[in-house]
Parts: sequence; structure tokens; C-alpha cells
Amino acid sequence: MANEKITEEEVESISSFARISLDDDEIEDLVPQLNEILDYFDKIDEADTEGVEPLFGVHGKKNVFRDDDVGESMSQETALQNAEKTEDGYFKSPRVRD
Amino acid sequence: MEAWKTTQRIKNGEDTSVEVVERVFENIKKHEKNVNAYITLEKEKALNQARKIDKAIKNGEDPGPLAGVPIGIKDSISTAGMKTTCGSKTLQNYIPPYDAYTVQQIKEAGGIVIGKTNCDEFCMGSTTETSYFGETRNPLNPDLVPGGSSGGSAAAVSYGGASIALGSDTGGSVRCPAAFCSVVGLKPTYGSVSRHGLVAYGSSLDQIGPITQDVKDAALTYDVISGNDPQDPTSNTTKQNHLQNLEPDPDVTLGIPKQLQEGVDPEIKQKTNEKIDKLRDLGAETKRIDIPSLEYALPAYCIISMSEASSNLARYDGVRYGHRSKSNEDWNTEFSKTRAESFGDEVKRRIILGTYALSAGYYDRYYNKALKIRNLLTKEFKQTFKEVDALISPTMPYKPFEIGEKINDPLSLYMGDALNVPVNMVGNPSITIPTNKNEPIGIQIIGDHHQEQKILNIAKAMEETK
Repeated sequence: MANEKITEEEVESISSFARISLDDDEIEDLVPQLNEILDYFDKIDEADTEGVEPLFGVHGKKNVFRDDDVGESMSQETALQNAEKTEDGYFKSPRVRD
Repeated sequence: MEAWKTTQRIKNGEDTSVEVVERVFENIKKHEKNVNAYITLEKEKALNQARKIDKAIKNGEDPGPLAGVPIGIKDSISTAGMKTTCGSKTLQNYIPPYDAYTVQQIKEAGGIVIGKTNCDEFCMGSTTETSYFGETRNPLNPDLVPGGSSGGSAAAVSYGGASIALGSDTGGSVRCPAAFCSVVGLKPTYGSVSRHGLVAYGSSLDQIGPITQDVKDAALTYDVISGNDPQDPTSNTTKQNHLQNLEPDPDVTLGIPKQLQEGVDPEIKQKTNEKIDKLRDLGAETKRIDIPSLEYALPAYCIISMSEASSNLARYDGVRYGHRSKSNEDWNTEFSKTRAESFGDEVKRRIILGTYALSAGYYDRYYNKALKIRNLLTKEFKQTFKEVDALISPTMPYKPFEIGEKINDPLSLYMGDALNVPVNMVGNPSITIPTNKNEPIGIQIIGDHHQEQKILNIAKAMEETK
């Protein structure tokens, strides 16, 4: 790789932001692939975008409002049906602190 | 058989919906072991629904424009009470509590949802090889890929395992497999079909579209699934009747963007040029067109789609739904292990790249720059449509290749989408039709925003040329 953009340490750090724990072999495999892809991304540096605004979406809408009406909502049972761990009608999350 | 013919026969009493559904399941039984187009099939539910349609017709009622037609739904689109896995381990047991807007519309139009079609995991792929449920194979030749990510939908329609299937297209995922499986695929204008109930990949790019056997079925299905939906804040159209106004129209000016000819296999160039020549014989004019920012569209698209994916997939923490690690540790560790166990390599790769492109220090260099290119591209497209009625190009730069041939070369696979992704960047509609029956080559016709009628009419004229 002529111009390495991303290192093993950086991949490890980014994967912790993304909350995906990668093992050493995965990181080792990913680094050259990511560098190759990032090299390709550098193509955009050639585009002259001086004075051009970023365009987030093409639909042109900014805010869409609706009346704050009470509608039908999902039952508690339905809301919980796909959760692997529940307790007393609640989702059971991992512990936040020891 | 085409859906419009099928529903006519059912309404005329020449066929019943039950017979049609049974015949489709016979095709599925015959082909599915070689093709793997479906993740979930619900034969009994489909037959129950078919019986209701047959009864309604017997009672003199009209159940709708899709009455009795068997339809496959890409497994990234929510179906109430029917598993929706997104081709991922994490959602392998997920049963949505609601139907997507498009599925509601199909059911209200009398369509029969027979099952969920295979797709690349979270729609990330161009070959339908990244599915947790095994790859789909091309029904034209099972050694070859069917294209992706809606490969199951295209394969099912191609071998007669559904009359119509829905796919989703973030960067060509309806058009690529439609081209490889020799069927028709329509990517509608962004916002004209509600994304409510579509599992999000790149929200500013995603669009649900029909995969069908002919152009008339594409118009029919588009009319059913499009329309205003307050549940999708980007929804921007009302119901229209494209089917009624479908009229072959070769009397148009077509732009041929030179950038969408680059790197295309010579055989594909030749086949698509032959098709364009036939339209020219009928009166179409063609113009070489230069859209300079197309050169940057693919890397800019990759950056935007992966950035949006990294954000959209943050919801898979295993707490409310989806696979959850048995590790039983603190929040961050369990969350990270859950996602490591849940996602396949391609999904991990895109989340990591997207997180990187959005991170402090790189946001301006990658994400913001890509959005500026999107603005340039949108302006250039708008300008182009002042000169031409539509743009035309091959759908894919190459023909289907062997299963496994490119799966370990992600960059090469991303580059295969070069002719498709610009349309998603600018939100325009595009239709692909096969150059010839059973030929895995597609030609795409791109229109200005909300010009579906125009591109359907051009496609219809092209379809009728032999």
C-alpha cells in the first residue's frame, strides 16, 4: 500500500465506536481492504466543489409536521414479542454499571 | 405468465387464484433447490388468501388490479406475521408486527404475498452472496450469480416462482439483478413509493421498486405501490394511472452519457446499441451527452451509503429485537459482542467505513465532500433533461459471473454498480429491460424526476422491437 490511510490501531478504535468487537485476525484482514477502498474514495478530491453546498437529500423537504393526535399504539405484548430477554413486561438490557 | 394476463384470466373465470398459486408453488418445488430465491414461503396462507379472492370474484366483486396474483416480497420489507430477516443472522427470528406501506397496498389490490425473497444481508451486496441463508443462484445458469441485492426477487420472477416481486434499490439493487436474470426492474423516483416498513440501508438513496416479466406489469405494480404515505416524511407523490396511459413512444430524444459507456464489456455495448438502433429506426433521436460529475458519482455514493448505513444499523443492539449475545456482560461489551456475532463481513466492512467517514477529522474530507458532489450531479442531471427526454445506457458493465468469483474483492464489486448508482444519488427514476428474452443483459432508461410515464412508454416501445 503506497499511502496507508488506516492502521490496525485505528480500525480497532473505529470498531469500538461502531460497537462491533473485531478479533485480531479480522482486523488484520480488514486493514488492506479498507486502505484499497479509501484509496479509491480519494477520487473525489479531484472534483472542484468550491462554493457548492452539500445536498443531503433530493426530496427538497425540510420539516414535515403532523397534528399531535393520539393514535392507536402497539400493545406491550406485541412490542416485546421479538426481544430475547424481557422481565415484568419490560425489555431487559445488559447492565449499565457493575 | 405476466401478472396483468394472470389477473385478467382469474377475473374472466378462465383460471382461479388457487390454481395459479398452486402452479407457482409447483415451479418453486422444481427450481428452488437449485436457485434458493426464497428465505420464507407461506403456501397455506397464500392459498387461504387465494380462496378469498376466488370467492369475492364469484360474488361479482372486483378485488383489485392485482387480484389473485402471487407476489414475492424482498426480505428487507416488513410483512406482518411473516418473518423478515433482511438476509441476516440478527433478524433470523424477527416477525414484524406491521406491514410495510407497499405490502398493504399490494394486499388491498388483491395481490397474494407468497413468501419472502432472498437478498444480500441488509441489502449490502451486488450478487446475493452475502445472505446468511446462503446465496441465490441465477435461474438462467445456476453456476452464475443472479445479481443483487434483490437477487431472490429477480430470480423468482425469472423462473416463474412469482408473477411479480418487490425489490429495493439503494445503488442499483433492483436493476442489477433484473438485468442479470433477464427481467424488468423499475427504480422509481425517490419519495414516490413509501419507504415505511423498508429496513433502512441508506435512507436518502433507498427506494422500493417492482421486478416484473414485462413493462406493462411494471406500470401496473408501480401504480399499486406508489402514492402519498404520511408515515414516510419524504413521500412526495399521489396515486396516478401509468398503466392506463402506457403507450409505446419511440418519438423521443435520448441522451447517451459518455461516462456511462466507459468500461462496458464490448458484447454488452453491441447488444444495447442494437436495441438503441431499433428505436432510432422507429423515430428516436440520440445525442451524445457529457455529465462531468458522473466521474465522481461512484466513490461519492459509496461514502454516502456507508455513512448512512453505519447510522441506520446502530439500532441493532439485540435488546428490542434481533440476535443477542449470551455473554451477559456490561452494556458496551455485550452490545459489541452482539453485533460481532450478528453481522456478516460485508456489513461489518461498510459500518466501519461509514463510521470512519463520519468521524471527527474525516467528515469534511469524505461525507461532506460526497454531498457536494451529489449537488453538482443533481444540477447537471436537471440541465441534461432540458435537452433530452431520457438517458439511456447499459444497466451493468458486465454479464453475470460465477458464484464466488468476486466475493473476496469488495472494491471490484462496488465498481460494478457504476452505471446504477448515479440515479440513486439524484433520486431519478430508471427502468431496466432485457435486451433479448433470456439474455442476461439489461438496458436502462433514466428519466427526470416523476417522469415514470415517459420512461415506461419508451421502454414499452423498446420491448416491442424484435
